Amino acid sequence: LLFFSGSMEPAFHRGDLLFLTNRIEDPIRVGEIVVFRIEGREIPIVHRVLKIHEKRNGDIKFLTKGDNNAVDDRGLYKQGQHWLEKKDVVGRARGFVPYIGIVTILMNDYPKFKYAVLFLLGLFVLVHRE
Amino acid sequence: LRKNVEDFTGPRERSDLGFVTFDITADILNGKIGSIFDWNVKQLFLYLSAEYSTKNNALNQVVLWDKIMLRGDNPRLSLKDMKSKYFFFDDGNGLKGNRNITLTLSWNVVPNAGILPLVTGSGHVSVPFPDTYETTKSY
Repeated sequence: LLFFSGSMEPAFHRGDLLFLTNRIEDPIRVGEIVVFRIEGREIPIVHRVLKIHEKRNGDIKFLTKGDNNAVDDRGLYKQGQHWLEKKDVVGRARGFVPYIGIVTILMNDYPKFKYAVLFLLGLFVLVHRE
Repeated sequence: LRKNVEDFTGPRERSDLGFVTFDITADILNGKIGSIFDWNVKQLFLYLSAEYSTKNNALNQVVLWDKIMLRGDNPRLSLKDMKSKYFFFDDGNGLKGNRNITLTLSWNVVPNAGILPLVTGSGHVSVPFPDTYETTKSY
């Protein structure tokens, strides 16, 4: 998953590549970084869990916030929606690699750059075959 | 790691709102974790969370305060008389008379590259909320 916005800076920046897991049995706890989708919106959001209220039967509702945002995400949720639920979660952030994603973004935006990268990779492979 | 708190509850709409003030003394650098700010640690995302149980919900966790500690910042925290950064609303009226709210300091290690672990600090504090609401205290 690639980062587009600055709402989790200084931890993550535009272009960072995030590794996710999506084990449903993993409990959602505060402090974790979750990837979630708001109903009706395509782009997933990657923010930190700020509050959770979990019932005995495992039903959970939680609130999120971007590290770099002044307020929590309630304003981002659907009209009338105050909490996120398990079904909104797409994944959990487990690790990341910085700035690599910028290469993918550039390759998409500038095909010439993509060919240059592929060409250089090809050269690299040939040279190291020796 | 040490935390001291005083607290009272106030009614807001239909849900309990708790007020907690706290001190935090933490020495991340020389604690059991050792030299946590190694070459691959970019920052720590520290957060103080309150965990408790209520009639409505078996588990509640609320982050009261957080701070980003960058590599190079002073790793010793000595914060006194802090107010919570976020409203401590319960999902209902579970704070009144709740004797067992546990405050814990945890942190998310953010590396330059790699895994993102969550670490819980040793030493947590249990805080009881009173049985009555405060109506006139200013915050």
